[in-house]
Amino acid sequence: MAPRPGESGVLSVESLKGAPGRFRKESAIRRVFFAAAATSILISALIVLSLAGEAWTFVTQVDYSSLWTDGWFPRRGMYDVKTIFVGSILVTIVAMFVAGPLGMGAAVYLSEYAKPRLRRTLKPILEILAGIPSVVLGFFALTWISPEIVQRLNPESSLFNLMAAGIGVGILTTPLVASIAEDAMRSVPQALREASYGMGARKVTTSTKVVIPAAVSGLVAAFIIGISRAIGETMVVAIAAGATGGSLFNLNVFEPGQTMTAAMASMAAGTDAVKGAGLTFQSLFFVGLLLFLITLLLNVSAGRFVRRVRQRY
Amino acid sequence: MPPEARTKRPTAGSGIPASRANVARPVARRGGDPASSSPVFRLDDLSVYYGSFKAVRNVSMSIPQQQITAFIGPSGCGKTTLLRCLNRMNDLVDIARVEGKVLYHGVDLYDEQVNPVEVRRRIGMVFQKPNPFPKSIYDNITFGPKVAGVKGNLEEIVERSLRRAALWDEVKDRLKDSAMGLSGGQQQRLCIARALAVDPEVILMDEPCSALDPIATGRIEDLMEEIKTDYTIVIVTHNMQQAARVSDMCAFFTAEINEHSDTRTGILVEFDRTETMFSNPQDERTENYVTGRFG
Ligand SMILES: Nc1ncnc2c1ncn2[C@@H]1O[C@H](COP(=O)(O)OP(=O)(O)OP(=O)(O)O)[C@@H](O)[C@H]1O
Ligand SMILES: [Mg+2]
Repeated sequence: MAPRPGESGVLSVESLKGAPGRFRKESAIRRVFFAAAATSILISALIVLSLAGEAWTFVTQVDYSSLWTDGWFPRRGMYDVKTIFVGSILVTIVAMFVAGPLGMGAAVYLSEYAKPRLRRTLKPILEILAGIPSVVLGFFALTWISPEIVQRLNPESSLFNLMAAGIGVGILTTPLVASIAEDAMRSVPQALREASYGMGARKVTTSTKVVIPAAVSGLVAAFIIGISRAIGETMVVAIAAGATGGSLFNLNVFEPGQTMTAAMASMAAGTDAVKGAGLTFQSLFFVGLLLFLITLLLNVSAGRFVRRVRQRY
Repeated sequence: MPPEARTKRPTAGSGIPASRANVARPVARRGGDPASSSPVFRLDDLSVYYGSFKAVRNVSMSIPQQQITAFIGPSGCGKTTLLRCLNRMNDLVDIARVEGKVLYHGVDLYDEQVNPVEVRRRIGMVFQKPNPFPKSIYDNITFGPKVAGVKGNLEEIVERSLRRAALWDEVKDRLKDSAMGLSGGQQQRLCIARALAVDPEVILMDEPCSALDPIATGRIEDLMEEIKTDYTIVIVTHNMQQAARVSDMCAFFTAEINEHSDTRTGILVEFDRTETMFSNPQDERTENYVTGRFG
């Protein structure tokens, strides 16, 4: 037993120092964790730096008139970034029209309506869905969604189109949105639901007026993370949207198109080296950096939003 | 007390009256013998199960109108369980099951045709931990009336409810502020105001003061005393003094160990006027408990 002041007369600093061995062990462990954290930050920084380096070459050497042309044809020296930017935006909008309602609906059902047993079965299935390889979904989008849904909706539509790709990306994004949204709603304390039921509210009212508002920050985060996921999706778009290598500027979702991700993939794929005009290789990094910045902006704004809503309550 | 003053509540045959407006509020009877007041609830051989576990066994009692009835007893004896049967809150627990009858003005609350949503509009609840919605004070109060489809003047309802809950003066200048910014005691009074806003007939309170300091507790006790002329209150409390101070009737429950399994089932030991329960209890177990000698 440690000496008490009453026994030894005075309490000295010595007796409160603790065992030196434990102190050394603790500081060693702390250093290990610090190294792990530092490494991951360092790797991210290196990625950004390597992106930025080549992107800088592109920005400084590119002929600016080639940045505003009729389409994205890097091998011919036409770097119309707006084509692939707009392509990405269109696909993402379509995807979120699918993943938003489906994901939120699934989340409300799982969190508020499904009996615990059913939830325990459905949640893992949802997570398996999230693991479908995007190549598979890409072919599904091309061979089924496009002819059976999109071309029926609009007979003018071409087989390769941004709409089918967007729907495919939406299906791929749904489980992620549903999962995050469900977590957000499940973390709403049961006491709030009881307060609502205790006043004679129905289940629908309780879900829409109490649970969803209380979970709103998490739901918005789910949606924004869904957007980042949709923007970053590559394979589905590369297969179903139809542009290999290049694409004309196009605002019509029923026509083929190119996204930033698919543009990068098609430049890098199928050849040993990225061939074409002088800056094709560097343009890839420029687009990559752009994608990185967009995703960063989305995540930061998601964080901002979550914090602002938290403060209010 | 003249017999005609004991107004019988109208008891509809098939269900509960459609709207509170149609229900004639019985004349307040103050100072009468609480036990003889016409009952709001009659529990008839009520047992409650969680799955196969019997949590409460064979409770029969009548809860009088416009009185404060306290449930006391050691932890785990089923006070909360029983209280939550009175407005069918236990429906929210999948495995909960009820045997026997809960009659509310003669209507069996567990009748197939009874909608728990309607029941809870008449029988409100205040919980152990204050649970205001993460909305403004104003929105907290108007939630219930809006849910019930009240078209009237919401501002008036807000003021009236907050005044009744003795909170108006403290919050009247910040009705639009979040309820989460209130102190614990204020939050609990807000929850009471919120329950009052739907104008229930009964308010069930499950240890409403257990998270509060003595001053906040005192305010809530005063408030209960004050509103009982209009409402029937059933309160669960662990605080003997509180039961003695505020309640008219008092029910003592305890948990009995079951012979064959290692489980405990709650039983009603004694139910009487509070003075009697505290000064001259009939059962030894009650006496031990109220005098603090409970083992
Ligand atoms: N949702 C539930 N599922 C299963 N068992 C439950 C559930 N709620 C309560 N019980 C059990 O029922 C018994 C009675 O619990 P209850 O909460 O009614 O007791 P209580 O008298 O309110 O206790 P306390 O004074 O501690 O609040 C306990 O044995 C408890 O474990
Ligand atoms: Mg309890």
